[in-house]
Amino acid sequence: MNKIKWFVPTIYIVFLMLPIYWLLNMSFKTTTEIINVYSLWPQDFTLDNYKTIFTDSTWYMGYVNSITYTVFNTIISVSAALPAAYAFSRYKFLGDKHLFFWLLTNRMAPPAVFALPFFQFYSSVNLFDTHIAIALSHCLFNIPLAVWILEGFMSAVPKELDETAYVDGYSFGRFFFKIFIPTIAAGIGITMFFCFMFSWVELLLAKTLTATIAKPIAAIMTRTSSTSGYELGLLAAAGSLTIIPGAVVIYFVRNYIAKGFAMGRV
Amino acid sequence: MNKTFNQKAWFFVIPVFVLVAFNAAVPLMTVVNYSFQETFGSNVFAWEGTRWFKEILHSERFHASLGRQVIFTFIILLIQLPLGIGIALTMPKKGWGVPVCLILMSMPLLIPWNVVGAMWNIFALPDIGFLGNSLNTLGFDYNFTQQSGDAWFTTILMDVWHWTSLVVLLSYAGLNSIQPAYYQAAEIDGASRWDVFRYIELPKMKKVLTLAILLRFMDSFMIYTEPFVLTGGGPGNATNFLSLDLVKMALGQFDLGPAAAMSLIYFLIVLLICWVFYSIMMRDEARS
Repeated sequence: MNKIKWFVPTIYIVFLMLPIYWLLNMSFKTTTEIINVYSLWPQDFTLDNYKTIFTDSTWYMGYVNSITYTVFNTIISVSAALPAAYAFSRYKFLGDKHLFFWLLTNRMAPPAVFALPFFQFYSSVNLFDTHIAIALSHCLFNIPLAVWILEGFMSAVPKELDETAYVDGYSFGRFFFKIFIPTIAAGIGITMFFCFMFSWVELLLAKTLTATIAKPIAAIMTRTSSTSGYELGLLAAAGSLTIIPGAVVIYFVRNYIAKGFAMGRV
Repeated sequence: MNKTFNQKAWFFVIPVFVLVAFNAAVPLMTVVNYSFQETFGSNVFAWEGTRWFKEILHSERFHASLGRQVIFTFIILLIQLPLGIGIALTMPKKGWGVPVCLILMSMPLLIPWNVVGAMWNIFALPDIGFLGNSLNTLGFDYNFTQQSGDAWFTTILMDVWHWTSLVVLLSYAGLNSIQPAYYQAAEIDGASRWDVFRYIELPKMKKVLTLAILLRFMDSFMIYTEPFVLTGGGPGNATNFLSLDLVKMALGQFDLGPAAAMSLIYFLIVLLICWVFYSIMMRDEARS
């Protein structure tokens, strides 16, 4: 029985790792080798693909752009969601339930529906091709998500904490920043993780809202198929590098992931 | 928790309200505007009433892509839910295996979606991809760029690769919240492994599983980037799902009116199904 128990997750992880390995494998090959020889590991090991990416500013700026708008979006989403989640978890007010569902509907809207109007809207307010435009547009699905997760964490904190603090003479602001935020620090961490994740992986809106200056790395990758044939090696190297930020973030929140999901709010 | 009635709470919600309204209401109204008008380019519009809605609802093209979308989402849920629960049940509960499993299994979730598509494209190429080459060596006639069956197989396998981990993580968290006392009681009663699953684990996972179904439904119903990069909707129209067809119509052919009408119908379908799920979830939460 115990042997079978190890067997299933191992097979699953091998299945998950295979395409990633194949991408890494290709990133260390020259394009000629990729097209002409089929091999399970690089015969003619090369770092040229990575060298191209790190020396050509149109390539590495893509990473800078992607990380910039992702960080902007995470900050905006979490700081706007904090007071709102507090209101939803502590008070009843006119239209609260409808507002909450309306927020969630935006997580359900297919981005394809919004692509064209977003393009026209952000062009008309002169924000087209800026980092802030992408960061704001990603708020569409990240703010509802952030409010939802944070509300779950805040509702788990007993209301007596608030009341004791007021009795002790804390003002609302001091209570919120000195006591409440440290109490739900883990929840804020998890929320930031999910905002980062969904902003990092989204491409349709990010691509629609940019031309050259703020173009995300994922969109730059598509040009390898148009210029000078099909540079698979370069494509593979660029793809491999996009895995790193995600892996780093997962490593930091590894102990909280299971807990975050346990809240049932992701 | 009993909440106090306080209208001032609206002030806390204002930033969120403004940001989301700015992003959702304005574009949504644009779509609604287009859906009732005919455009002749250079901002000339003419009122068309409900013509586009009628046309879309009767168009075979829409029926075909909606049909493909429904079948795809159905297959995805049918595979990923049992598979995800099964893997979560066999995952280690403590020791060094836990972080290893969690980190490795979360990896696919954090890869940009078009990189997922590109990765699977390279992986499945019949001549130089590991999957394609292996299948052809084993004697299958596999080519996802030319045979629609293979294209479906590859798209579904890619989605299973990409998203099953979400179901695994959710189920795993649900399982971890079960007190050991339940298992001890089951052992004393001499319950079989199946009984433990059926009467203890499954009911305890109900909440996270509803959430998993909701999330997997929404995201697989709105899938765009991965099949766009992997197959581009082809061969022919074989994997031309709703989102792909919509973007082709709106940005490719610039048929704004019909595309907008289709967007709204699409959005309403998602909204309706999600509302049903949401009501079920909230009812359960209120009961417990």
